[in-house]
Amino acid sequence: MIAQLVTSFIASAAFGVIFNAPRRSLPQCGLVGMVSWAVYILLNGSYSTVLATFAATFVVGATSIVFARLYKTPVIIFSVSGMIPLVPGGMAYDAMRHFVENDYNVAMQLAAQAFFISGAIAIGLVLAEVLNQMLRKVGSRI
Amino acid sequence: MEDKLDHLTYETIEICLLAGKIMLQSGAETSRVEDTMTRMASSLGIPRSHSYVTPTGIIFSTDGAEPAKLIRITERTTDLSKVAEVNNVSRALTSGAITMPEARLRLREIEQDKHTYPIWFQIVAAAIASGCFLIMFRGGWYDFIPAVLCGGLGLASVIYFHRIVAVKFFAEFSASFLLGLLAFIFVKIGIGYEVDKIIIGSVMPLVPGLLITNAVRDLMSGHLVSGISKGAEAFLTAFAIGTGIALVFILF
Repeated sequence: MIAQLVTSFIASAAFGVIFNAPRRSLPQCGLVGMVSWAVYILLNGSYSTVLATFAATFVVGATSIVFARLYKTPVIIFSVSGMIPLVPGGMAYDAMRHFVENDYNVAMQLAAQAFFISGAIAIGLVLAEVLNQMLRKVGSRI
Repeated sequence: MEDKLDHLTYETIEICLLAGKIMLQSGAETSRVEDTMTRMASSLGIPRSHSYVTPTGIIFSTDGAEPAKLIRITERTTDLSKVAEVNNVSRALTSGAITMPEARLRLREIEQDKHTYPIWFQIVAAAIASGCFLIMFRGGWYDFIPAVLCGGLGLASVIYFHRIVAVKFFAEFSASFLLGLLAFIFVKIGIGYEVDKIIIGSVMPLVPGLLITNAVRDLMSGHLVSGISKGAEAFLTAFAIGTGIALVFILF
């Protein structure tokens, strides 16, 4: 578990470097990635992968919005590096490999699952943003 | 007097387009680009402006008699620090902290800016990230070093091939082919053990994660043209990586 947390922190921060995130926001990028990965592995055992991914990206979205306000930087800097570990790259690769080996049944299953996981990532991020906007609107009205 | 006014509007349009161009080239979301351009224009005295932003071009027009202007975007990379810097300039401009000539100067500087990190550092980061992904995807520590080497080679060859061939698809295809080949060799000579895990870990820096999420977010916020074209670009990238790796398996 500790190895998982440490590696997810380093991987997300390293992705910040690849995406040229500003130097001072790299630790926060790592933190967002670590939190999301922790949520993901905690939920993945007892719930489906799609649900775990959705919950983890929602956490990514929420923490990114908080960080963006705190450090006055665009949300996208934190959310991108935070959600990278959740992208179903491995599954997409597995699906591709089964396609190549003419095992279309397994390949289609994996591809469908990868598609749903990408959908869950997008919905999680958008939901966090929409909730943020709603809170802001309600807050400004009062 | 009339002439001077026209000149001012012209300058404003130029600045807005420059800001939009930098942001779009650096991988910002469509709605952020449109929002920034409209805000800058209204703070510079053009309250009603219209922008049409797609991944390959921006059309910007004011409500007056000036003709609409178009800017073509051919090169798109991911450079989040430029997005953040343009954001700062736009904030400073709308709050009145800097004037128009200052804003233009700063935008020009941002446009000319080189990457924040040197390329070797990015490759090292990709290599380390690949090793970490291997551990996160339940690979064993015995495969850590092979994944680090494969991941580094992957990003390095994408950058290298992209310099010699302008076709992005081909660069990604050959890079992932080399990456898969190296992983295969490692397992063959006994340095690595699980070829699947090594490839999954080291391919992560190439996967178009940012593009996919940006595409879906664009679609959900109603930017249908941008969303679909970004989705197509992401699919093409994923396809290139997949076929590159698949070729290794077909050959061996």
